[in-house]
Amino acid sequence: MTGYVLRRVLQGLISIVGASIVIFFVSRLSGDPIVLLLPSEAPPAVIEQTRIEMGLNEPVWKQYLIFAGKALTGDFGKSYRWQAPALDLVLGRLPATIGLALAALAFSILLAVPFGVLSAVYRGSWIDTLGKGFAMLGQAMPNFWVGLLLILVFAIHLDILPAYGTGSPAHIIMPAIALGWYPVAAQTRIVRSAMLDVLDSDYIRMGRAVGASESVLVWKYALRNAAIPLVTILGVYFAAMLGGAFVVETVFAWPGVGRTVVEAVFSRDFPVVQVGVLLTSILFVTSNLLVDLSYGFIDPRIRYDR
Amino acid sequence: MTADATLPAATLPPRGWISRLRGRGLPWISMIILGLVAIATIFGESIAPHDPNGLNLGVAFRPPLWAAKGEWTYPLGTDNLGRDIFSRIITGARVSLVSALYAIAFAGSIGGLVGMISGYFGGIVDAIIMRLVDIQMSIPALALALVIAAVFGADFDTVVIVIIVTYWTWYARIVRGEILSLKERDYVALAKVAGCGTFTIFFRHLLPNIMNTLLVLSTLQVGQVIIFEASLSFLGLGIQAPDVSWGLMLADARGYLTNAWWAITMPGIAIMVTCLSANMIGDWLRDTFDPKRRQL
Repeated sequence: MTGYVLRRVLQGLISIVGASIVIFFVSRLSGDPIVLLLPSEAPPAVIEQTRIEMGLNEPVWKQYLIFAGKALTGDFGKSYRWQAPALDLVLGRLPATIGLALAALAFSILLAVPFGVLSAVYRGSWIDTLGKGFAMLGQAMPNFWVGLLLILVFAIHLDILPAYGTGSPAHIIMPAIALGWYPVAAQTRIVRSAMLDVLDSDYIRMGRAVGASESVLVWKYALRNAAIPLVTILGVYFAAMLGGAFVVETVFAWPGVGRTVVEAVFSRDFPVVQVGVLLTSILFVTSNLLVDLSYGFIDPRIRYDR
Repeated sequence: MTADATLPAATLPPRGWISRLRGRGLPWISMIILGLVAIATIFGESIAPHDPNGLNLGVAFRPPLWAAKGEWTYPLGTDNLGRDIFSRIITGARVSLVSALYAIAFAGSIGGLVGMISGYFGGIVDAIIMRLVDIQMSIPALALALVIAAVFGADFDTVVIVIIVTYWTWYARIVRGEILSLKERDYVALAKVAGCGTFTIFFRHLLPNIMNTLLVLSTLQVGQVIIFEASLSFLGLGIQAPDVSWGLMLADARGYLTNAWWAITMPGIAIMVTCLSANMIGDWLRDTFDPKRRQL
């Protein structure tokens, strides 16, 4: 068990270091990274100083070590648009992104659990078909388009929800739906197939035999076990939301990491892009890691024997 | 509701190859839709009723055919510059489908080959390749696209490169898994004994056995790739005007959401219908080729 945890944590660390190498080298591929890292109107003296600081005359691997060393102390350079350390800037936007991802996750579960359970209980009925259709639609609609349609209907025509920005709880509703729609399909399938397995198990049949009410059996006893696969995989969906947030935040002017990075790309504020992407990768790897580790804790039947 | 109402009697598919296909519900509608998209891709502008970039401010914001003031000249309405949305959707199909096909062909070949190498040789080669896949997967696709676009600027090539870089990992993982079990089969051992080289084993004996998987995976990825391309173009990091793409149309339409609901709806429906068709054909192929993975 400990061995497994250590191995997985080590793999996670390798992934993060690897991601930083990828991001670092992509920035070097364009030729002179000074062009990316300093504003075009920077005076020659500053350029020269940065060149020495970053060791741009050294071999590339040494440059990476300098970059990594600085990164470990939290120094990713300055955003030249905001004149502030890039890391602080991105960290400041992180709570908004995490909040949005959690809200989206909550929305998807709220739909997926009832859909999944009902599709399993009434297998082959119109509910099952409706659930499938709904899920297929969700996977075929780009999240930003869902967002734009929501704005069109609820902000412009009905005028009951704010179209963009933050400030009230109502502001998060549309971005959360736009972001949370996509995983509903997969989550519904997971709940449905887990539920089918559980409903077929001995203890449910036993419950039926002693005359327990069907709804108590389904919603209380069966769902509790059928939810395990969904709960364990939530981290994966959380991670996926972080990726999707880049577009949805832009649509709704949501002040999170995604929008900050997208804006930074356009103002050619590369230090911010670099931190934002690296931070997203770290979160991504961490939540996937937690998923792997959580299997054993949530379901004691699974142990890491091997 | 009673317990036994939950399980309808299993229906046996009729026998015979053709009827079996029909029994599994050949997705005709999806195939017709993808066929139409393919025609739009091949002929593009030349079958569009109007010039997709033809400005005509006199007819700006014409509503679609079925709306109050709609007319046949502009069946899906016009945008803020009086450009015909129908013509732009036809023209935009090319970007969506071509980028998808390009990217999938490359990602599939690279990922497939890497997966075969990884699964077949195992050991240190496998460990290194799988770590690379992990690293690649630890950077969200859109985030990587942002870095690449920040460094190289945005255009069609960036989109295709980003998609290839992102999607090869899926092929590598899944193909590796298949090869792990395939290489234990007797016919591979016999081929080795008979003196076949690695190359022959790869392309004569293993490749034909993973073709189904590659085909299914590729079809299922068409929809994803189209959405990915649209997202990049929507952010302004993909296709640039005067080229036309569905994502770019949505980005434009965002600016006059209040004036023209059709400008935001139509290109989105084009994306949705195309992806839906590709996904349905993909599901159908998977069910047909690999009944084990059929969803319950």
